[in-house]
Amino acid sequence: MNVTRTEQIVHAADPARRLAALRGGAEQRGLDARALAALAANPGCRRRALLDAAGVDKTALADRLGQPAPFGRSPFAIARGNIFEARLKADGCAALLDPLRSRLGLPAEDDAPLRVPDLLPRSTPAARAERTARALAEAVAEPAAWTLLDHPMLRLTVAGSPAYLEPDAVVMRGGRCTVVEIKSFPVLDGVADPAKVGAAARQAAVYVLALQEAAEHRAGARAGGGPYEARELPGSPETSVLLVCPKDFGNRPTAELIDIRRELATTRRQLARMTRIEELLDALPPGTSFDLLPDAGGQPTRPVVELTAAVEAVPAAYSPECLSSCELGFHCRSQARCEGAVEQLGRGVRGELGSIRTVGEALAAASGGAPLGDEAAARLGYAAALRAEALGVPATAMAGAVAG
Amino acid sequence: MSLLGTLARLEAVRSGRAEPLATVRHRHLSDRPLVLVPLAAAAEDGAPLAVLLGTDRSAPRLHIVPQPLNRGQRYAFLAAFADDLLPYLESCAAEVERIEGSEKDPQTGEKIPTFRELSADAPQLIVPNPGAAQHLALLGRATRFRRTAEDPDPGRYPAPTQVPLLGRWLTHLTDRAKVPGSSLLLPMTGLLARHWATGQSQLEDQHLGAQLAWHEPPSGLSGAEAARLVESGRDERGQLLHPPAGPTTDPRFDEKLLAPAIGRYDAALAALRHAQDEDGPESPRAQSAQASAERAVEQLRALLTEVLLPTWHDVWRGLDLLRTLPPAAHLPERWESDRWSFTGHRERVAAGEPPQPRRDDAVTAARKLAQREREQVRTDVQEALDDPLAMAERRLAGEAFSGEVTELVPDWDTSGRTPKPRPLLTVRTADHPHADLGREVHRAGGPAVQKAVITAVDPEQGLITVRVASGMGRKKEPEPGSLPAVGERVTFTLFELTARQSAPLPEPDDTPWTHGGPPSATQDSPTTAEEWE
Repeated sequence: MNVTRTEQIVHAADPARRLAALRGGAEQRGLDARALAALAANPGCRRRALLDAAGVDKTALADRLGQPAPFGRSPFAIARGNIFEARLKADGCAALLDPLRSRLGLPAEDDAPLRVPDLLPRSTPAARAERTARALAEAVAEPAAWTLLDHPMLRLTVAGSPAYLEPDAVVMRGGRCTVVEIKSFPVLDGVADPAKVGAAARQAAVYVLALQEAAEHRAGARAGGGPYEARELPGSPETSVLLVCPKDFGNRPTAELIDIRRELATTRRQLARMTRIEELLDALPPGTSFDLLPDAGGQPTRPVVELTAAVEAVPAAYSPECLSSCELGFHCRSQARCEGAVEQLGRGVRGELGSIRTVGEALAAASGGAPLGDEAAARLGYAAALRAEALGVPATAMAGAVAG
Repeated sequence: MSLLGTLARLEAVRSGRAEPLATVRHRHLSDRPLVLVPLAAAAEDGAPLAVLLGTDRSAPRLHIVPQPLNRGQRYAFLAAFADDLLPYLESCAAEVERIEGSEKDPQTGEKIPTFRELSADAPQLIVPNPGAAQHLALLGRATRFRRTAEDPDPGRYPAPTQVPLLGRWLTHLTDRAKVPGSSLLLPMTGLLARHWATGQSQLEDQHLGAQLAWHEPPSGLSGAEAARLVESGRDERGQLLHPPAGPTTDPRFDEKLLAPAIGRYDAALAALRHAQDEDGPESPRAQSAQASAERAVEQLRALLTEVLLPTWHDVWRGLDLLRTLPPAAHLPERWESDRWSFTGHRERVAAGEPPQPRRDDAVTAARKLAQREREQVRTDVQEALDDPLAMAERRLAGEAFSGEVTELVPDWDTSGRTPKPRPLLTVRTADHPHADLGREVHRAGGPAVQKAVITAVDPEQGLITVRVASGMGRKKEPEPGSLPAVGERVTFTLFELTARQSAPLPEPDDTPWTHGGPPSATQDSPTTAEEWE
C-alpha cells in the first residue's frame, strides 16, 4: 500500500515539473477565465489545452512562428473601462449593492457596514489566492456585513493543473457570495447584445465554479446535488451573477442578475471532459519544449523549424472560430490549409461532407471519382453536376480540371 | 451554408480565386449609389469617429470628430454628416410617378380611384460590412430623439436641427436593410458573398479586403496568400498595410498613431484657450495657437483619410465586380418595394410624425416580422426563377426538378358541362424531388402560371408524370404554346411561386390587452434625460 501511495505522489508532482520544463525559462502565463471559456468552447483542442496548462506565452510563440496574433485592446477602450469601473466604486458601491439588496430582500436604506479587505494586488498569484481564501473565510464569519472583494484571485483545478482566475468583484452578504461581472458593452433600451451577454455568462460560470471549489475546500466536504442545484455550503456562490454594464450611450451603470445555471453545467461538463494533462504530456515526444530561448535583449533565438516541430507534435482542432479567440489561430489555419483539411472552410462543412476529410478528396468525389456507396460523396457528385449545368460548363470539363 | 456553396468554396480553394455563386446579380444597384465608410471610436459605444462618403469615387468627403469624447464636436460632426447625406436622399425624390390605385368607399362600398405619388428613384447606401450598418443604426438611435433649438423645450444641449432628421433616416435605412432582398442599404461583404464563394470560411469573409483579395489576387499569389497579406501584413511602423474596414480601427493604430494625434490636438486646444484667456483672442499668441490647433485637426484628418481610403476603394471595386453580372429579371419589382419604403418614410417625416419608437409596439413588431418572412420567401422564389444556380440549390434540396419532356398525352376532365384540358406530361429527370403522388407542382419559367399534380413517379427510370391543371386557356384544346413540346426542358417546383399573404393584423390602437394594449404615446417622447456623457 505504501509503495502505491508514494508512486501516486511522485506522479502527481510530476506534471507540474514537466509543464514547467515545456515552458523553459519563461514566466508562467496565468490562465484567465476568458481563456478558459475559449478553451471550453473548443475542448477538443489538445494544443491549446497543453500550452495553456504549461503557461506558455502563446502571443510570443505565434510571433516567433511568423504568424502573429492580431489581438490587442485599444487604449481608448481600456481608458473607458477604467473610467466605468471607477464610477461603479463611487458612493460606497451603490451601483453594485442596490440591485443585490433588492435581490436579497433587504431594505434600500439598509446600512450594514461595507468592508473592502486589501487583497494584496501586487503579490504573486499564489499569495493573492491565499489572501482571497482568508478574506472569504472572514466574510463568511460575518454574515451581517457587506464584504466587497475587489479583484480577488481564485484557484481552479483544470485538467489537473491549477489555474488562477481574477473576477472583477465578488460581493458577500449573509454567508452567500455573488460574482460581479463588469462589462463595457451597453444595455440599449433594456437590451444587450445576446452574444456578448452569453460570453460574459460563460466567463462568470468559470468564476462560480472556482468559488464552489473554494467553499467545498473550506467546508472540507464535497457538496452533493446535481449540476443545476445551488450548493448550500457557507460562503458558496449564487448561481446568478450580477452583470454590470453602461446604460444606453452614457457611462451610468445598470446592473442585471443573470441566471447562469445552464452555462455552469456546460462549463463543468466541458472542463471535466478536457483530456487530462498527464495524457497529453505522455503523448509528447521526449525533449519537446516551447522555450523561445530569449537572448539578453529578450529576442527569441530558438530556431523556427524546431519550434514548429514542437507545436506540431500536439494535435490541434482548428476551426475558423479560433482566429478570433486563440493566438495560434493563424498558425493552425496555415497548417490546416497545407493539409487541405476541410475544417478551413468552417465547422459545419465537416459535418456536411461526412467521411470526406480533405479538399482533394472532396473535389475528387465531386468529379465522380468517389467509391460507390458513400452517400456524402454521391451527393457531392450530384451537386457538382447541377453546378456545372447551371454554369453552362460541361461536367467533364470540371472533372478534367481536377485531373489537371 | 448549402452543399452547393461548400462545393464552390472547395473549387475556390483549388483555383485560388473566388468562384461564382450566381449567374446574375440578385440585388439592385443604383446608378448613383452613395458609398459610406464609417469609423467608430473605441472610447464609447456608438460614438462616431469619422465617416467617408460620397457618390463620386474620385471625390470622397471626410467628416471627423477630432476629440471623440467631446459632445459639442460630436454634434458638429453629425450636423456636417447630415448636411452631406440629407441632400442626397432628397435628390432621389426629385421625380415622382403617379400610381393609380383604388380604394373602397367605407360608406357606399363603391370603388373610387386614388392616386399616389411614388418616387421614381430611391437612395442606395453601400457600406463595407454589417458592422458598419450596425454602427449607423446605433447613430440613428442616439440621434433621432435629440431635441433641437426649435423644440418648445430644447433642454441644456440643443442639437442642430438636422441631427434628429439624420437619426430618423439612418434608423429607417438600417431597419429596411433587415428586410430580405431590399437594397436601400447594403453591406458590401454580404453582396460579394451572395455572388461569389471564396476559398475561406464565412467568418473570414467578414473582412472586406480579405474577401476582395480572392477576386483579384496579385500575380503569383493565390487568393489565400493574398487574403493573409491583407489580414495581417504590417509595415515597418507596425501598422496594417490594409486597415480593417471598421467600424472599429486596429488597436495598434489607436495606440501608436491616433491617441498621440488626439493628444496633440487636445494640447493645442488647451494652449489656445490659455492664450486667449491671458493675452486676449486677437493677440498674436492666440493666433499662432489657433493655427497650431488647425494644424492638429489637419493631421488628424490626414491620418483618418489614410485608414479610410483603402476601404473606400475596396467598396468601389466591389461595385465594379457586381456590375459585371447581368441584373436579375425580378430586380425592378423588388426595387419598387424599396421605392415605396423610401416614399413612405419621406411622407411620414413631412407629415410631422414622431420619430420611430425605441421599441416597436406589439402590432408593429408583428407586422415587421410578417413582412420580413414574406419577403424572405419572395426573394428565395425570385432568385430561384432568375438564376439557374439558385434553382440548382432547390433541386439539390429536392424542392424542384428539371428535365426533358418525353411524352405529352392529351386528356380531359369531363366531370363538368364542358370538358377541360388536363394533359399528362412526363419528364425525365436526374433530380430526386420529394415527389409524393398527388402533390401540387408549379411550372417555373413557363408562359403563364401553371399548376400540375404528380400522378406517377418512376425513380428507377427517373420519370415523373404530372397532370397539368391550369394555365392552358379556357377552351377545350390547350392554347398553343401553353404546354411544353416533347423534347423541351421544363422545371417544376414543389413550392409556390408567389408568397402568401399573412393574416391581417389589427391597427396599433386596437392592440388587445393580451399584447400590452394600445401603445402609449408618452414613453417615446424626445428626451434630454439620456445624454452622451
